[in-house]
Amino acid sequence: MYAQMVKADGKGVKSREEMDAEERAFQDKIDRDVKIEPKDWMPEAYRKTLIRQISQHAHSEIVGQLPEGNWITRAPTLERKAILLAKVQDEAGHGLYLYCAAETLGVSRDDLLDQLHSGKAKYSSIFNYPTLNWADIGAIGWLVDGAAIMNQVPLQRTSYGPYSRAMIRICKEESFHQRQGYDLITKMAQGTKEQKAMAQDAMNRFWRPSLMMFGPSDKDSVHSAQSMAWKIKINTNDELRQKFVDQTVPQAEYLGLEIPDPDLEWNEERQSYDYGEINWDEFYQVISGNGPCNKERLGARVKAWEDGEWFRDALTAHADKKAAKKKKQQQDAA
Amino acid sequence: MADKDALFKFLCRMGDNCLIIGHRNSEWCGHAPILEEDIALANIALDFIGQTQLWLGLAGEVEGEGRTADNLAYLRDAFDFKNFLLVEQPNGDFAQTLTRQMLFDAWHLPMLQALKESSDERIAAIAEKAVKEAKYHLERSRNLCLHMGDGTEESKRRMQDAIDLLWPYTGEMFKSDNVDEAMVAAGVAPDLADIKATWDNFMDEFFAEAELVKPENAWFQQGGKTGTHTEHMGFLLADMQFLQRAYPGATW
Repeated sequence: MYAQMVKADGKGVKSREEMDAEERAFQDKIDRDVKIEPKDWMPEAYRKTLIRQISQHAHSEIVGQLPEGNWITRAPTLERKAILLAKVQDEAGHGLYLYCAAETLGVSRDDLLDQLHSGKAKYSSIFNYPTLNWADIGAIGWLVDGAAIMNQVPLQRTSYGPYSRAMIRICKEESFHQRQGYDLITKMAQGTKEQKAMAQDAMNRFWRPSLMMFGPSDKDSVHSAQSMAWKIKINTNDELRQKFVDQTVPQAEYLGLEIPDPDLEWNEERQSYDYGEINWDEFYQVISGNGPCNKERLGARVKAWEDGEWFRDALTAHADKKAAKKKKQQQDAA
Repeated sequence: MADKDALFKFLCRMGDNCLIIGHRNSEWCGHAPILEEDIALANIALDFIGQTQLWLGLAGEVEGEGRTADNLAYLRDAFDFKNFLLVEQPNGDFAQTLTRQMLFDAWHLPMLQALKESSDERIAAIAEKAVKEAKYHLERSRNLCLHMGDGTEESKRRMQDAIDLLWPYTGEMFKSDNVDEAMVAAGVAPDLADIKATWDNFMDEFFAEAELVKPENAWFQQGGKTGTHTEHMGFLLADMQFLQRAYPGATW
């Protein structure tokens, strides 16, 4: 899940009686699963909350290039290098169409990037963890993309049309990435003693941060009710987290990797796994800028943006000159 | 039929150029000046890595000692790499990356167009596939270099600096040696003098249109084609080959 802490605007969920006629008609459309399109009327709070959610997701895709990009130059075979390049390219593409979806809500990509660079906008906590060995690339595909898909598959049905359509495209590519990640970590887990150790090390570091991707526990998730009423959130954080644990534990067992949680246990009654308490202090610290790589990640994005300013300015200047030339030619001809 | 040793060397040169310039482009991943360029650079790097697999795969086959494309990419030392010095030059600023790309693409495209007619069908088949990608690469690098030359004062200055910096590495691309001569004799590859004529035409047109000055210098660096590289190459390989070197025999 790439948007974990989306603050919903508005003062809690209104009852039908509290809504005015426009709000009621809007809510009726959502309840009937009719998509909201850019030109339709929408409550200001819905628009603002969606911008926040979509841009958090877009920023996560962009920052998410960095931990994996860290290994592109060291990928161990030509095929692995190509797979990783293609994956990171897909992520940049996801960022691009999510920014486009956000732009349909009346905000520019440059404004959203300013918010990212100033630290005002958030991105997924997971990308503030380092990638320290090659198996991390497999762990990211398997666990991180796996967790993202858990959240994104239901979002294909989200109420806002452009967002829903972006998610449909993204989900297709994400499930491909997850399979490739699982393939990579399988090779490692079934490889030499050193490769197995790398796979276990990756598992030890990425398991809990992956669970944190679903956001705070339901009891502390204060904005969920409004987002769920608007169908920009479909399931609760804990529901999705549980589903992820139940899906992933058998895969880890198959790979012979130990899950770093002494409290992990099958619950016969619930037909589900119990798992240990998540360190929410760590989560809030990472979200608020104190994760192991927050400064590097944001610093790298800011540097890329600042170093690239002359290039972007030159593109604009050239386009302006060209347009002026064309205009002059047309005037001369007339 | 071309001499096996010369053919192997020729194929390594083709593959090594693709591998090293692809690798350099891949270093930009996540750090490009604008999102669209992140996507374009990854895409181009991907094309080159794909072409590397084909050229080095064929090189291993021609050599006949059981070496795969991966073996050649990851288990040779710098002196066995036969790429141009141009492609191993560091990325520098974006103007340097774009200039390096255009100078190379303007050689690569006519080379591949000629290799489509190679007497060796395996080579002709690879060229046929790669030429479509090279066409797009040159169109992009040329357009962006032109736009930067005619953008702002700063972009123009950066472009001119990049051209002046990299120009001395272009001569090597056209310097024919006994490997090239053997390829011409066997009808495998074109005469480099023909490729140079096309490249010169391209550059003359480029400089006529761009607001930039063509360097006058007549001294060119060389050595890449025979394995004498710049100091950058060792670091590039240390990065690229780390896992294969640290864990010999593992499969990935």
